[in-house]
Amino acid sequence: MAVVSMTVNGKPVSLETEDRTLLVYFLREQLRLTGTHIGCDTSQCGACVVHVDGKAVKSCSLFAVQAEGAQVTTIEGLAQGGKLHPVQEAFRDNHGLQCGFCTPGMIMTAVDMIRRNGVMDRDTIRHELEGNICRCTGYVNIVSAIEDAAKRMAPGAARSAA
Amino acid sequence: MIPYPFNYRRAGSLADAEALLRASPDGKLLAGGQTLIAAMKMRLANPSDLIDISGIKELAYIRVANGAVAIGAATTHFEVMACAELRKAIPALAHLASIIGDPAVRHKGTLGGSVANNDPAADYPAAVLGLGATVTTNKRSIAADDFFTGMFSTALEDGEIVTEVAFPIPHSAAYKKFANPASRYAMAGAFVAKLQDGSVRVAVTGAGPCVFRVPAMEAALARSFTPDAIAEIAVDAGGLNSDIHGSAAYRANLVGVMARRAVAEAA
Repeated sequence: MAVVSMTVNGKPVSLETEDRTLLVYFLREQLRLTGTHIGCDTSQCGACVVHVDGKAVKSCSLFAVQAEGAQVTTIEGLAQGGKLHPVQEAFRDNHGLQCGFCTPGMIMTAVDMIRRNGVMDRDTIRHELEGNICRCTGYVNIVSAIEDAAKRMAPGAARSAA
Repeated sequence: MIPYPFNYRRAGSLADAEALLRASPDGKLLAGGQTLIAAMKMRLANPSDLIDISGIKELAYIRVANGAVAIGAATTHFEVMACAELRKAIPALAHLASIIGDPAVRHKGTLGGSVANNDPAADYPAAVLGLGATVTTNKRSIAADDFFTGMFSTALEDGEIVTEVAFPIPHSAAYKKFANPASRYAMAGAFVAKLQDGSVRVAVTGAGPCVFRVPAMEAALARSFTPDAIAEIAVDAGGLNSDIHGSAAYRANLVGVMARRAVAEAA
């Protein structure tokens, strides 16, 4: 057991946890941030993607102690002042979800890829989504949502935000 | 999935990591953790201690100099694919790093972790063997041909830590893999390189229990660096992997296809 300190969605947190606690359990069970999902046991599904120091990572493949001192952002940290993040808005507008289970991971991955690549073609978006599985197989609208969000977030876009 | 309990230790330097490793005989090094942590979750690995070397700054660098690209062991796949200088020197290596796993895996996974683990279907071993790279540890330098010794096994001894891999800059090279659509691991991947001295190396990953070279293809390509030169060279399916994803014969055929595509790109 050790006390682990990090900043989650802008708030400093400091909690005692076992060394073997995966970041995803730290977030879900100790911080009650249950928007980050667990969809597999094999590190393949991507439902648990969060950002650690600005990079998308699978929170099931990282121990909480490894995030000591880090800036962590989860799906709960995207909306600001009651206003959805442009990627969240685009997922809503494009019906980029069916059951919604994979959506938090999809959105966190999307925010990361847009930050790195800006506006992308659909093929690039599909490759960037390799680590995220949607078992409803709703990929077409997910790709459309990300394509739309990237355009909205491009510098000079009419509806730019965040 | 909850791993067995262990003690987490963060190494601040290479010397620190060596000392921590000496002090825990059943300890393991944790680099990016993208294989080890998955194995621990399945309770296939049960280290007493995890010594985290991912934050050691002296092991994270990319240096292009003296005809080689030297990469620190703690450098992530993402850093390798994103390095403009490296991409210019060995585009095939940057490409290889860019198709390992997925973006989240590439943000964490490291070169040192990949080569030390020597997964039969990992990508990096193909580049290390295909370019005739040199693996440096805290104790010695090991030629690629001596480093990979079998399935998940290497020449590394207890207490030995990979610190750097130095890749000679080739005349030309290419990497082609047929990825398993779910895991992105190679069903068969071929790294083909024409070195500055004109010699050719062909290294294959994913098809067998360990990365291997194909001397018959290398000899034929040294005479004529064209896909046609190896069109008639069959790879023996004996000893190749056979599983639900593909038979040994299927993989043997894939090796030829990937090698020809790699030559076509590199030529």
